[in-house]
Amino acid sequence: MATSNLTIRQSFLAAYQKNALMRSEALTGFAFLSPWIIGFLAFTLIPMILTLLMTFSNFRLVQAEPLSFVGLTNYIKLLNDPQMKQALLVTIRFGLISLPLSILLPIGLAALINAKSLWGRGLFYTLFYMPTIVPLVSTAFIWSGVLNPQGGWVNTILMTMGVQNPPDWFISPTWVYPALVIMGLWGIGSAMVLMLAAMQGVSAELYEAAEVDGAGPMTRFFYITLPMISPVIFYNLLLSVVGLFQYFLPAIVLFGGNGDPAGSTWFYNLYLYKQFFTYQDMAYGATLAWLMFIIVLAVTAVLWWSQRYWVFYASEK
Amino acid sequence: METSKLTLRKFVAGALVTLFAIMLLSTFLMPFAFMITTAFKNPEQMSLEGAPVWPAMPVTFTYQGQEYPIVQMPPEMGGNEWALVKKGLKESYLVDPQNPDKGLIKWEGRWRTLQPVFRFQPALNNFQLVWDKINFLRLLYNTFAIAVLGMIGTVLSCTAVAYGFSRFRMPGKSILFMLLITTIFLPASITLVPTYAIFTKIGWVGTWLPLIVPHFFANAYNVFLLRQYFMTIPRELDEAAMMDGAGPLRTLIFIILPQAWGIVIAVAIFHFVWAWNDFFGPYIYLATKPELQPISVGMQAFNSIYAGQPQLIQMTSLMGLLIPVTLFFLGRRIMMREVVMTGVHR
Repeated sequence: MATSNLTIRQSFLAAYQKNALMRSEALTGFAFLSPWIIGFLAFTLIPMILTLLMTFSNFRLVQAEPLSFVGLTNYIKLLNDPQMKQALLVTIRFGLISLPLSILLPIGLAALINAKSLWGRGLFYTLFYMPTIVPLVSTAFIWSGVLNPQGGWVNTILMTMGVQNPPDWFISPTWVYPALVIMGLWGIGSAMVLMLAAMQGVSAELYEAAEVDGAGPMTRFFYITLPMISPVIFYNLLLSVVGLFQYFLPAIVLFGGNGDPAGSTWFYNLYLYKQFFTYQDMAYGATLAWLMFIIVLAVTAVLWWSQRYWVFYASEK
Repeated sequence: METSKLTLRKFVAGALVTLFAIMLLSTFLMPFAFMITTAFKNPEQMSLEGAPVWPAMPVTFTYQGQEYPIVQMPPEMGGNEWALVKKGLKESYLVDPQNPDKGLIKWEGRWRTLQPVFRFQPALNNFQLVWDKINFLRLLYNTFAIAVLGMIGTVLSCTAVAYGFSRFRMPGKSILFMLLITTIFLPASITLVPTYAIFTKIGWVGTWLPLIVPHFFANAYNVFLLRQYFMTIPRELDEAAMMDGAGPLRTLIFIILPQAWGIVIAVAIFHFVWAWNDFFGPYIYLATKPELQPISVGMQAFNSIYAGQPQLIQMTSLMGLLIPVTLFFLGRRIMMREVVMTGVHR
């Protein structure tokens, strides 16, 4: 080091100045971060803690009885609540259809657009993404029209193709799930963009080397493309799981949030929302929210652990 | 020879893949065609048998002061379009609109087999009807105001925070950054009630403030997007500027931002579209104030009024998506290129 050229005093001074410089750099940095830090405290961390505290109370927005500590009452209610279990079941049933599709279809679509032989790739890219931009209410109006058993185009087409009893879609308690999933496909664009970006980031050398070794297009896709984009698949899977438990707005827009048809759209988050804003039972709603948080956390943890078996991280940057 | 065979094979492969993609895309976008055609239909067309899928009305002809439907005559009668004056099971009387003076022409056959003639006739006044009924101008104004104010907040705060994360050494930075990223995966319901309760206490429920103010405190997606981009900008320039005595704020504004316009505009557009489409926020905070509601909630509220009128429902959805979709097509290069470059998206 150059210290040998300096007297001890000089080196002390340099160190002090360096320290001061670092301190001022850190202070400036924190100043720039401060909007987010304040926002994180005010809109995330403190509300989260308050939500947790509420679960041990009898808090209501309009407080009739005095606010008090009620111990585990809300949790006991939670464990014995058949409606909660029903809502959880509805969410899981919906997720069994929607989750796999929300991963597989964007991959397929991205692979199609990534195909070198496709003409006008940019145009397809833009147009497949475009429905993502459409407002939820418009999307709901359009799909409930097009899937309408009377005069909707989908059933008209199915009937001309010879289908005798086309589904009732949004009216039927069983077909409502496929209908909601189909409607949700319009949001496929954001996952597709990510998958495509990842696919385009795979180095051409890998494909060339595999081709030299005699690997066909299928082999290349399954043994090079998929492993290379697996981190993005993982990211999308996490988002989809969180999204699944948050899912309920279409049920509000389409059915006014009353669970139609026949309670089939009583999603977990709808039940939670109703506790908050219709029954005004904030404390119980908060308990439901924490249960959701714990479920999401658990699923995330399992997925995180499972990464080692299927997510491939190329040498860290 | 070999090369031409190869080009041919390439051509066929391209044609097949493209054909498949076109079929897929048409299915995917088919509901838009449904929306547009329905939005311009006359209400009468809905209940008409044999009406085409596009907006059209049956053509009529006035004969001796009476209106009669025009029908398509079978080919053996010359395939003309004649007005059906007297309907009969065995024989009908028609008149040739080109030549009404010739009088009634007798035709033997069931009149029901004659197809009515439709002409393209969009009901442009559906637009006017919806515009007036849902007070569209008011909704547009509210939506723009909320979206633009929030956009200003997002751009300012996220740029500052991203700059902080990308350029300064400070203790605990990586933990803070991890924390930021985790918030992407946090279910919003866990913070909903205290936030709502606090906004109620300070009298913000029933105003635009809960929809605007939080955006001045940055959000994870956009900070990440901007930070990734800032990281790719070489430090030499801003270090040189600092040497010349420029403070950090000046460096951000005069050195970093001019090199990052694309991503800043992308963030701005993303926020605008997001705010335009946001349903839940206005739904809970502006439930009692219809005059302050933006388009997303305003449209929904009128759904029940139109329940029996599909053409007005579809016109409403068309009007609701027109502006975000137009904005998307205008800004698609910026939005999609910048996002792919940084490899993340909201």
